Amino acid sequence: MQLARVIGTVVSTIKDESLEGRKFLIVQTLDADLQAKGKPQVALDAAGAGIGELVFWCRGKEASFPFKRDSTPTDCTIVGIVDSDSHVFKFRNP
Amino acid sequence: MIIARILGTVVSTQKDERLSGKKLLIVKPINLDGTDQSGYVVAVDTVGAGYHEKVLVVAGSSARLAEGNKDCPVDSAIVGIIDSFEVNKK
Repeated sequence: MQLARVIGTVVSTIKDESLEGRKFLIVQTLDADLQAKGKPQVALDAAGAGIGELVFWCRGKEASFPFKRDSTPTDCTIVGIVDSDSHVFKFRNP
Repeated sequence: MIIARILGTVVSTQKDERLSGKKLLIVKPINLDGTDQSGYVVAVDTVGAGYHEKVLVVAGSSARLAEGNKDCPVDSAIVGIIDSFEVNKK
């Protein structure tokens, strides 16, 4: 799982049946210092996230597990919302 | 998932039999400002997308979970046609 910031939304009418009623969000992936890193992705929302929120997301087949796992085609799903930016702690190097 | 636009089609006669009847499209990933990214992907269409439409492309084993792709040898599928997208970076 990785951290990301929700930066936008996607509207799609014609889509796979199993995606109906689901929310697509555009997320910018972040590094451990919460700086933007990598290309933005479109993620399916399983946590009720909104724009500007810090979230964590999982990729791969596991991304479909929060939904009907055998028929939801997603490779990127928001699975949790971080309480706030200041709730991300890093240990100092020894 | 990535946002991509449809660039063209692929015609193939000799292919895995589980792929017969599937539409193969060449898609190009795009940035959020609409400009093209480098590279391209051949993806199986599951929603009936057409030329120059913006679509959602799912990659990896999740592509097999799309409608009609069960047990097919695919790693990239088009699962939605994008009406619009909106970005407000803070």
